[in-house]
Amino acid sequence: MVVPKIKVENLNAWFGKKHVLKNINMEIKENTVTAIIGPSGCGKTTFLRCLNRMHEIIPGARVSGKVIFNGINIYDKGVDPVIIRKKIGMVFQKPNPFPMMSIYDNVAIGLKLNGVRDKKALDTAVRQSLELVNLWDEVKDDLNRSGANLSGGQQQRLCIARALAVEPEVLLMDEPCSALDPISTAKIEALIRRLTENYTIVIVTHNIQQAARISDYTAFFYLGELIEYGPTKQIFENPKHELTRKYIMGEFG
Amino acid sequence: MRKLDHYKFRVFKDHIMRFLVYLSLVLVLIPLFSILYEVVKRGISVISLDFFIKPTPTVGEEGGIANAIQGTFITIGLASLIGVPIGLMSGIFLSEYNEHKLSVIVRFFNDVLSGIPSIVIGVFIYTLIVRSIGFSVIAAAFALAIIMIPIVTRTTEEALKLVPLSLREAAIALGLPRWKIIPTIVLRSARKTVVTGILLSIARIAGESAPILVTMGYWRWWFAGLDRPVANLALNVFIFATSPFESWRALAWGSALVLILIILGINIAVRIIMREKSW
Ligand SMILES: Nc1ncnc2c1ncn2[C@@H]1O[C@H](COP(=O)(O)OP(=O)(O)OP(=O)(O)O)[C@@H](O)[C@H]1O
Ligand SMILES: [Mg+2]
Repeated sequence: MVVPKIKVENLNAWFGKKHVLKNINMEIKENTVTAIIGPSGCGKTTFLRCLNRMHEIIPGARVSGKVIFNGINIYDKGVDPVIIRKKIGMVFQKPNPFPMMSIYDNVAIGLKLNGVRDKKALDTAVRQSLELVNLWDEVKDDLNRSGANLSGGQQQRLCIARALAVEPEVLLMDEPCSALDPISTAKIEALIRRLTENYTIVIVTHNIQQAARISDYTAFFYLGELIEYGPTKQIFENPKHELTRKYIMGEFG
Repeated sequence: MRKLDHYKFRVFKDHIMRFLVYLSLVLVLIPLFSILYEVVKRGISVISLDFFIKPTPTVGEEGGIANAIQGTFITIGLASLIGVPIGLMSGIFLSEYNEHKLSVIVRFFNDVLSGIPSIVIGVFIYTLIVRSIGFSVIAAAFALAIIMIPIVTRTTEEALKLVPLSLREAAIALGLPRWKIIPTIVLRSARKTVVTGILLSIARIAGESAPILVTMGYWRWWFAGLDRPVANLALNVFIFATSPFESWRALAWGSALVLILIILGINIAVRIIMREKSW
């Protein structure tokens, strides 16, 4: 029995009085892609943000339950959320490179602010991260230009490179392709598959085909509850729950 | 037929409104341009090299405003050194630590402070500083700094609040602590607007005369230490404009012109900064 990378136990989340995640239990395995699917407003983004303590930065937001990462509950007293977020990185739905920084600095900023001064080390990290997301060849001559001038797909890959540069173990992605064209989407999907070698990935997607293409496990959320969770093949071919089947067949959502 | 009348009436109303708008524009510009015209016309005649390199004249002598320019820059510089960091800090506090219990109080007192007449601030500094160390640059600088603080605080707070949440979240998700995110991401994104606020606050205090009068007094000599007074452009205008000598009154116009040019220069700098590309 493999120890899960992340184990979610009785997770609940609120925005003020609004209860948006209800008693979620789930185990996420190392070096896999787990897709989170479900209709709009069912709590996918909230769930993702609970996994690296991003939920609590919203005023009035609250969490209960456990998220056990590498054997420790990230919500334990005395656990520094800053360190958790370094280990569990995040990519957002809308590409959000830092517009006032160069492409180079966008990737290097995480390391720089964590005290890496050595120029060589930074150069290497920037190059490796950009190569990993297949952006290096496209931007290697423009490293000092603003990241805001790139195309949407390039910006999103830049954001992935930025997240990877601080060497997280887990990467959370919130609909990373929803603002992108099919070619950029294909590039990022291929990238996600490649990343499973070294990373554990949890990805929210509205695109059911995308979940089927790239994920090993799929979780279906509905109205704040985890309705069904299992290997992607089983979820798509033989869903146990009627709601899951309906959602996958496109009958609602 | 009725429809047409309706249309004509609307066009008529449109013309009337447009006329009123243009009229008020002219009414606003008339005083501005007549002041500028008068100051330039009278000021330009005294401007010469001597005017810029000679200090305040004594009776019957030729002189200039070199010491007043020096004094104005030193006083404003020192005031900025005191006021800008404090204003920046409280602006950052109000924007970034909005959830803090104190922020309501700080914001309230900042608003109150910005409404206090500058002469009152001058008198406050008079009782606090002048009575112990005397009329001095340092006292004047403190008074001007107090005038700057609410302006810098307010503009900094507004500027930082405009930094999109998505950028802050991106930085937080990288595992960066808040105290590192504020200078590198938040302030950096907003720096154009923040600098603009600082410059405008400097332009604001450059022409202050009442608080200077009660904290430093009128002084006709060069800078001789922070605990002593120094000459000042705004007070030059005040003192010379009412003097009995024609040549001294001309100095007042010259000082006024230089003062206006300094303030205009700051405003132009603001324009240029705001137009420049954002990163
Ligand atoms: N900042 C917020 N304040 C209050 N309520 C919120 C906030 N963000 C989300 N919610 C509510 O929480 C619930 C879950 O939202 P969440 O963003 O997690 O849904 P989602 O599954 O990601 O939806 P989508 O597919 O549209 O992105 C929704 O009902 C939403 O209205
Ligand atoms: Mg969402």
